[in-house]
Amino acid sequence: MAEGAVLPETAGVYWRPRVDARRLQAVGRLWTATTVVHTVPWLVMSALLLYLEPLSFPLALILIAHAWIIPELYAKRGANVLRPVQRMDDGAERTALGLLGDLVGHEARALHAKTGLVIEGGGLGAWLVGEVGAVLFRPGGRRVHCYCVGVEDPELPSADRVAHLLLALREDEAGFATVANQAFSGAPWRLRRRLPARARPAVRTAVAVARVEP
Amino acid sequence: MSKLIRMDKTGHTTLAEWTTDDQVSVDAAVTAFREQLDQGYYAIVTHGEGHAEQVRELPLDAGTVILRRPIAGG
Repeated sequence: MAEGAVLPETAGVYWRPRVDARRLQAVGRLWTATTVVHTVPWLVMSALLLYLEPLSFPLALILIAHAWIIPELYAKRGANVLRPVQRMDDGAERTALGLLGDLVGHEARALHAKTGLVIEGGGLGAWLVGEVGAVLFRPGGRRVHCYCVGVEDPELPSADRVAHLLLALREDEAGFATVANQAFSGAPWRLRRRLPARARPAVRTAVAVARVEP
Repeated sequence: MSKLIRMDKTGHTTLAEWTTDDQVSVDAAVTAFREQLDQGYYAIVTHGEGHAEQVRELPLDAGTVILRRPIAGG
């Protein structure tokens, strides 16, 4: 990442505090607290209902389902940032793929061919970059931050979409995370199970990279 | 030979090629570069894996200058 450089797009979100490691930690804790608030009260209520009146089990089951569904919906929203979008014509896709291939190393190129996602190491952790967003795997590999971000040109080939995000990320990693809208934060396994099968190996790779990186 | 390329719907388009000892090609590249910046593109020079820098003047010694659109939170 370029040191001292500021992504020009951050001017459009001047009210947002610039993302850094401390802020990511605080945001992560907030997401954990939100998940607890969305889960624990419903589970407690269902247990209380069953204790007071065992015949109320249908209602208790509904409460348990509610406690399960809300965190799942959040995780699904996080997984959506790595979803592929509609492909353009083959010629443009091939040309764009050639450029993207020139920007990354052999291993990242191989991972992209397999999963459609590019892995990129950064100061904040390991990134998986897709067409409409990116996921940051924090050092240690126990938490992800999912960001919805993209380029507003519906005619761009998919590899060019990835290349746009990759170049912006390389210019200014913190600025990139500041411009992007956060969609989810939580454990990598919550994200992985909501991803299409093709993309899952990329999560395993990113977790492994995040565990190794200091 | 240095290149100025723009990521677009064709994959990418080479807008200009230049060598520092050919002033005509340099002038054409600088003109094309400024036109693209005026249209809202950002110019990026990559410095190997993991490093990229935004430039506001055409770096004549760069191998490839890539033009990208702005990104935004979705």
